[in-house]
Amino acid sequence: MLTYLARTILKMLVTFFVIVTLVFFATRLSGSPIDFVIGEGITQEDRALLTSYYGLDQSTWVQYRAFLASFADGQFGLSFVERRPVAEIVGERIWPSLQLLLSSVVLTLALSLPLGILGAVYRKSWIGSAVMVIAFVGYAVPNFVLATLMILIFSYWLNWLPVVGNGTPWHFIMPTITMSGILIAGLTRFTRNAMLDVLGQDYMRTARAKGLSEQTVIFKHGLRNASITILSVIGLQIAGLAAAGSVVVEAIFAWPGIGDLLVRSAIVRDYPVLQFGVIAVSVAVLFINAAVDIAYAYADPRIRLGRA
Amino acid sequence: MSEPVLSVENLQIAFGSHTAVKDLSFNIGARQTVALVGESGSGKSATALAIMRLIEREGGRIVSGRIKLHGEAEADIAALSDNAMCALRGRDISMVFQEPMTSLNPVLTIGEQVSEVFVRHRRMSRRDALEAAREGLAKVRIPEPARRLTQYPHELSGGLRQRVMIAMALACRPRLLIADEPTTALDVTTQAEILDLIGQLQAEIGMAVLFITHDMGVVAEIADRVVVMRHGVKEEEAPVEALFARPRATYSRLLMEATPKLGSGAPVLGTIPATVLEVTGLTTRFAARSGFLGRGGSAFTAVNNASLTLGAGETLGLVGESGCGKSTLARSILRLVEPDAGSVRLAGHDMMRLGRRQLRAARRDAQMIFQDPYASLNPRLPVHELVTEPARIHGLARPSECRDLAVSLVEKVGLEADAVDRFAHQFSGGQRQRLCIARALSARPRLIVADEAVSALDVSIARQVTDLMLALQQSDGVAFLFISHDIAVVERVSHRVAVMYGGEIVETGPTDAVLANPQHSYTQRLLSAVPRPDPARSRRRRLALPEKFPPELAADFMRQRGVDHFVRAEVA
Repeated sequence: MLTYLARTILKMLVTFFVIVTLVFFATRLSGSPIDFVIGEGITQEDRALLTSYYGLDQSTWVQYRAFLASFADGQFGLSFVERRPVAEIVGERIWPSLQLLLSSVVLTLALSLPLGILGAVYRKSWIGSAVMVIAFVGYAVPNFVLATLMILIFSYWLNWLPVVGNGTPWHFIMPTITMSGILIAGLTRFTRNAMLDVLGQDYMRTARAKGLSEQTVIFKHGLRNASITILSVIGLQIAGLAAAGSVVVEAIFAWPGIGDLLVRSAIVRDYPVLQFGVIAVSVAVLFINAAVDIAYAYADPRIRLGRA
Repeated sequence: MSEPVLSVENLQIAFGSHTAVKDLSFNIGARQTVALVGESGSGKSATALAIMRLIEREGGRIVSGRIKLHGEAEADIAALSDNAMCALRGRDISMVFQEPMTSLNPVLTIGEQVSEVFVRHRRMSRRDALEAAREGLAKVRIPEPARRLTQYPHELSGGLRQRVMIAMALACRPRLLIADEPTTALDVTTQAEILDLIGQLQAEIGMAVLFITHDMGVVAEIADRVVVMRHGVKEEEAPVEALFARPRATYSRLLMEATPKLGSGAPVLGTIPATVLEVTGLTTRFAARSGFLGRGGSAFTAVNNASLTLGAGETLGLVGESGCGKSTLARSILRLVEPDAGSVRLAGHDMMRLGRRQLRAARRDAQMIFQDPYASLNPRLPVHELVTEPARIHGLARPSECRDLAVSLVEKVGLEADAVDRFAHQFSGGQRQRLCIARALSARPRLIVADEAVSALDVSIARQVTDLMLALQQSDGVAFLFISHDIAVVERVSHRVAVMYGGEIVETGPTDAVLANPQHSYTQRLLSAVPRPDPARSRRRRLALPEKFPPELAADFMRQRGVDHFVRAEVA
């Protein structure tokens, strides 16, 4: 188990370095930020002055080293636009993003696990079919369409829910549903399939042959096995949500999170903020993955104790 | 017969519109063992699942008939409510299944899985139930029962897992134990131990046993009465001695004739053949990956210093239990796994010195047939492409000739010519194995390695396939390396045998010499564990199991004990 842990952490470090490097070079491919900082009509001299001020006239290699060095003071450089430490700007955005992510994950798990189990156990009755229909519809509707529809119905027509910001619990409803929509559909289907696999296993027949009640058979013998498979995808799904889902959802609902920040800084080519924002999201994804890897290993004694 | 514990009356079982069991009736008395015998599709497992009322879970249903459980709680199982049935299962009737590897829950501890039976049926506290589970494990003679409680199934061997299954089944001292091929997946020596154990516990608890098997040897060893089934119909029911002495139904006779009997003689080779394969001192190790980033760890020697020769038209049977290294040895010969030492000469090639391209060409001379005919044929290719693939790979046939080649190949293995346009799923297991043989033959090999090639087939089908191999050998002069755990089958097809134990060949020689006069203590133990389809003899045999095992292998050399008969020296 300890070697497994060590390996997971080492993998994380390597991945982190690769991401940091990729982010640095990808950002530089998007064009010069000078035009956005100043606007139109600046002289060549001013442009040269600014370029050297931001250090953009130096070789890529020097810039890369400076970029890595900026990690050392924990500030991660200054924003081109706001002239504030990047860490401060991103820091303000982390908590709202995390809140939205957590509420989405809770909603997803609370709905898709029971639905998936129902779908598997009652696969031959109308309950199972209903679960599948819900899952397919949920999968087919893109989140920006869902968001627009909800805004139209609940805010514009009925005037029940606020659209912009994160001030009250009411503000959470539509962004959370938008974030988790596709995930609920996907995870319901996945849970159903994982349970179906498990229901056909020999040890389930053994459990029934022992005279155990159907609840014990399904929840103790079945779900515990299915949860190993489910755990392995939950990590990827949540990570995907943190990375991609938040950008769309936060942009639509003007949620003051990292996704929203990424969109804004990409538009104005605020390199330091953009770089660090992407890195922050990547680190979150890495941590979620590592946490799931470790939970996965813990849940499966064959990994925890090593294969005999 | 004593008062019956269970009587099955006019039972009819169906899967959808297909009738799996028709009008089946039989009784089982206390302390009695009834064997339900038949080949796949005979309805024997369906009957067992119907008695457990688990048949609905597998997509079947009881159409009509009664399954009466007698005694204190008289009940017709076929008509019982789900709740009442649930209370009965595991308490009055329990079941042991075929696959010990998959029948235990991989994520729950042994202790949890055994103790939950006590919690469910005896209303014990968790603590008491765990103590009861420990006693239960001790009763099925599992060493260190207290430690097992906290272990998981993957930490136990197949034999130990099957003991755990038995401990679970017998937890509540049931009146009826249903054992569905409980030893089929186990090695013969383990099988002998498990059969003994079931017999002893039966005497102790006084339960009735319904034993389902396809193996007439096992039947002879454990059954009091035998019910022979075929296509869902009872062909014959008789006391075991009567059945073996005078089988009345034609099918019973066929089944017994098809069952390979140890001691019925091996094929004899006329002249001394030209050598096709010569293996000297072959050693293959697997690095055990452990430690940080897979470094370190110790190597596991799968095959140690193995030597053998094989001539044209000759069959060498390689026997041994699972994990003894017989498959690894075969793969090492073809360099499908890379050996660490030794030399292999195959049809004039020095296999160990060949480069990648030369090796591929050399493999033309040696083709393989595997155990699972369902997994070893590509489901998306028509038969004419399947069976000619080796010929095309090695450039032995032009695309235009492939169809004709395919027709001649499938006819050679006893299939109709129109088989070439069909796909693998349209054939039965035995026919698929014939296709695998046809495919192997298409490269016109000098050597065919058959790795448990008939182990997954019913006895009558297996016999047809081995007969085919023998016939092809006579006509084509191909050499066979025949790997099997079933010594009786090996005897039928092999001119010579090699017995493997712990990665080493411990005894080798002419089949008759080795089997009639085994010298190594492992060979003796293996042979004594083989169930014989002869009720009078097999019951005496049980006492003959050697106590002290495993043997200590002495210094690294073989002693000659007869003409071409070599035995690995042992420390006494």
